[in-house]
Amino acid sequence: MTNLIKRKKAERRFQLYGIFAVSLSLLFVLTLIVNIFSSGIGGFYKTSFLMEIHFDQKLLKLEDNPSSEQIEDASFRKLISYNFKENFSQYSKDEIKQIKKLFYRKIDKETQSYLLKNPQYLNQKVELLFTASTDIDQIHKGNFNRNIPEKQRSINNFQLGIYDQFIETGKVKKVFNKRYFISGDSRDPESAGVASSVMGSVFTILICFLLSFPIAIFASIYLEEFAKSGKVTDLIEININNLAAVPSIIFGLLGLGILLNFFGLPRSTSLVGGMVLSFMTLPTIIVACRSSLRAVPPSIREGALALGATKNQVVFHHVLPLAMPGTLTGTIIGLARAVGETAPLLMIGMVAFIMNVPSTPLEPAVGMPAQIYLWSESAERGFIEKTSSAIILLLIFLIVVNFVSVYFRKKYEKKW
Amino acid sequence: MLYPVLFLLLLSVVGFYLNKNKSVYLSKNQKLASLPAYYGYLAFLYIFVPAIIIWLGLLIGKSFILQNYLILTLGDSLSIMNSDEINLFMSKVKNLSLGISFGNETDLEKFAAEKIISFDKIFSLLTYLVLTLSSILAFLIARKKVIPNFKSQRTVEKIVNRFIQICSLIAILITLGIFLSLVFETLNFFSYVNPLHFLFGLNWSPNKAFVIDSAETIDKDILRDAFGIIPLLGGTLLIAFLAMIVAIPLGLMSAIYLAEYAPKKIRDFSKPVIEILAGIPTVVYGFFAALVVAPKIVMLGKSMGFEVSSESALAAGLVMGVMIIPFVSSLSDDVINAVPQSLRDGSYALGATKSETIIKVILPSALPGIIGSFLLAISRAIGETMIVVMAASLQANLTINPLEPATTITTQIVTALTGDTEFDNPKTLVAFALGLTLFFITLFLNYFALKIVKKYREIYD
Amino acid sequence: MVNAITTENVNVFYGDKQAINNISLNFLKNKVTALIGPSGCGKSTFLRCLNRMNDVIEICRVEGKISINDQDIYKDQIEVEQLREKVGMVFQKPNPFPKSIYDNVAYGPRIHGFTDKKNEMDEIVATALKKAGLFEEVKNRLDDLGTSLSGGQQQRLCIARAIAVKPEVILMDEPCSALDPIATSIIEELITELKESYTIIIVTHSMQQAARVSDKTAFFHLGNLIEEGDTTKIFTKPDNQKTNDYITGRFG
Repeated sequence: MTNLIKRKKAERRFQLYGIFAVSLSLLFVLTLIVNIFSSGIGGFYKTSFLMEIHFDQKLLKLEDNPSSEQIEDASFRKLISYNFKENFSQYSKDEIKQIKKLFYRKIDKETQSYLLKNPQYLNQKVELLFTASTDIDQIHKGNFNRNIPEKQRSINNFQLGIYDQFIETGKVKKVFNKRYFISGDSRDPESAGVASSVMGSVFTILICFLLSFPIAIFASIYLEEFAKSGKVTDLIEININNLAAVPSIIFGLLGLGILLNFFGLPRSTSLVGGMVLSFMTLPTIIVACRSSLRAVPPSIREGALALGATKNQVVFHHVLPLAMPGTLTGTIIGLARAVGETAPLLMIGMVAFIMNVPSTPLEPAVGMPAQIYLWSESAERGFIEKTSSAIILLLIFLIVVNFVSVYFRKKYEKKW
Repeated sequence: MLYPVLFLLLLSVVGFYLNKNKSVYLSKNQKLASLPAYYGYLAFLYIFVPAIIIWLGLLIGKSFILQNYLILTLGDSLSIMNSDEINLFMSKVKNLSLGISFGNETDLEKFAAEKIISFDKIFSLLTYLVLTLSSILAFLIARKKVIPNFKSQRTVEKIVNRFIQICSLIAILITLGIFLSLVFETLNFFSYVNPLHFLFGLNWSPNKAFVIDSAETIDKDILRDAFGIIPLLGGTLLIAFLAMIVAIPLGLMSAIYLAEYAPKKIRDFSKPVIEILAGIPTVVYGFFAALVVAPKIVMLGKSMGFEVSSESALAAGLVMGVMIIPFVSSLSDDVINAVPQSLRDGSYALGATKSETIIKVILPSALPGIIGSFLLAISRAIGETMIVVMAASLQANLTINPLEPATTITTQIVTALTGDTEFDNPKTLVAFALGLTLFFITLFLNYFALKIVKKYREIYD
Repeated sequence: MVNAITTENVNVFYGDKQAINNISLNFLKNKVTALIGPSGCGKSTFLRCLNRMNDVIEICRVEGKISINDQDIYKDQIEVEQLREKVGMVFQKPNPFPKSIYDNVAYGPRIHGFTDKKNEMDEIVATALKKAGLFEEVKNRLDDLGTSLSGGQQQRLCIARAIAVKPEVILMDEPCSALDPIATSIIEELITELKESYTIIIVTHSMQQAARVSDKTAFFHLGNLIEEGDTTKIFTKPDNQKTNDYITGRFG
């Protein structure tokens, strides 16, 4: 009897191990997601300060009713120094310099864009919002501990005092960071955005889809419907299985060795990136397409054949349309994986500082993951937040895509 | 660049309609062997297929023709350059012709750039001319085929079938491409470094090659000691091993629990959630490993009195392990589910508890499949790049201490090929030798894993 | 009496295995011929030789001569697609395409290029559906999926689909085996009506059905043709003892 008790205990212990393993795995998912979200969500907002600006016509050297071009040509440096002197008249020159450092260093450009949008501001005093510098932004968001010794932080005690004063007077605002979504990479975390990398990813995936989808479908049709079993067919099968297991970085080496060095295609472009990713996506789509083709019942083929359809007509009129939902699901999954792929793109130079949003696949570009990699390598704390925010965007995109594919499968998948 | 393709498509569509209309007209009086549309498709394919091949040929041949054209026109000035100088000259001139100027071009280069621009114009004009001519010729042939007893459907289908057959060969082509590109550059690398020194060398310090490069003399004795793969292999295996320590018990136990114990609700919830881990891009794991896990480990180590490197193998290994959990668990899940219920029933009927059944009956009979899945997971860990690039060290270090920094094959490939890449330097070329090694290791692992899994499946199918 | 199909010394092999042994059998025009016999006797295989559906099976080999209107259908100058245009087929399980009812019927005429005018195609579809006795039931929902119909309706749709290409012969491979008795009786009535315009060859495992619908019956056993003749004769006083045993239910 004691034996049985022992066995029962062992049973319970074993089950506990299982529960432990599952909960730990779930915990990892939770930690990862909570961590990324909590550190990244702030990146969608930015800290800004309200400040009164006097758009003095003389300081800007502008005529009455200036044109946009004239405003664009005007220098706002003097106007900014003047306004800082006005607003903080009680402080010394040196102190004003320090106060200025609380703001984004391109405050003159921000002022300029306000005037461009609102020419009526000329000669008026207006209270406007200005982006805070990344250091103060991080302190305001609580990402940086302000209580560490003064020497270890970039914001000194005097600057902190001014910041506290701003808070008391209600001049600190947290606003939606629109710039993050519409601008490209930048040396300053304040103005860096994901637009160029999002566009790079879009082009890359588009190329990847355009190449891999048709080729994979044709290859699957041949293998499932036409190929007679033989050595070539076996060889193809083996190769498809192998390709699915080749580390992604090897595909990058292929792109570098063949596409760039041998065929001389342009480096760092979405075109080459998409081609490399399509090599990786092909096996995934082929596997999905073939299993969907196999799932189409033979009775459909027989029905069409009996009406006098040729083999090609049977395949293209009946079998392929029926295999489409399954193929598309596989394609979405394959493409979603390609979106997150980084290593092969490093090989072909799609890790570069790209400020402009690319407008064709032939321009140098980075993808979202490569942008994440680039930002995470940079030392500034502001960029770490940007990285997490970019990861959030990427994850949300992947989750949405996954839901779409699940929905797709549920809606169109036929049980025969 | 793509305009000629659009142009061709346009011509082909025109050909389609011309032929179709003619056959529709013919079919009013007599029955044709195929539907009118197939005579149209015939024209489309006759025009498009040869022309697109010609276009691709021109595209590939263009830079070659251009080079020869320049050498012909600038003959004397180029003849004094060696091949490296010519390459440099070419790339500079090409940039200049695209409007990218660094302001330091010589008159010769400017002259050559103008030549390129005029060459481009003539070449593209010629391209269109050739394409149009070939299209007209092809159309005339297709036009002749619009006769009642020509079975155009047969011909069209033959062409289509040949085309999809070629598509299916692409998998072979890619493998071949991988193999050739790796082998070619690896051989190039071996012209600098003895393969034996590469495969069995205990020292990895490719920066030595840098020094040599600047001195412009290649001293094989120094190279001999710079490119030993053993420390990289050691680091790779160490990190993969750490990953397996995390992934195997957690993945396997999760699979067992979810397959055998968990109520349906928990299973339906947990499986997809754990699989999220597999869908997260590796760059995210890398970020997490480098910025969250590594500092935590350093802190923890400090509080326990250990000296932990901030680029320790441990951080990369642990995070990689987490990434691989769903890989192990879903593969093991398949294997466990494939064990026939009759085996379980037999064991229960003897009075065994569930865990006894699992440990003594299910696992042993599923063992080959599970080992296969482990091998696949290991191959995944060895080939993983981003996590180690971001969290592991660049410094080669032959150690089995997970608290010390370690580097991997993939990290070194990335380091060798990012930034300036010149292909006449062993420091760059070594990436391909590393890639080839990696390719063989993973191929080998996969081959065995699939073989084991297949054999196992045959037993129960 | 005119023969629609004549077969001489037909042998069929699956790899090394012979499935049909030297069968010679003729089918009369505008009559229903039933092929009966225990399962595995080769009656379906034989049926599928008549429109070369066996071509699909790689290991299948057909020897002998099968002629329709004095043309050998296994000779190379005959296009298998044209043959199947003349010889329609209805299968054991209704297999409508997962497309609209209209498209199901129109598919055959479309690929054979009967017409490219919408109103003419409408006419063809309606006629075929009427002949298959389905038109009244579906005329208001021609855009519904063919697969949304009931089993019996699906089978009639398949018959309409076969009729739409204006065949001379319709092969039916146990067309009622997946249907309930009511649907079966509707199909049987339909078969009797259809024989006025078509030659029908039906494989069935139900002897009652063979007796009800057919004019001629052929009894197959183990790949051999045991006996053939008028249905009334086969079912009342067969010449062969095996036939007698089978129709009286001693084996099968």
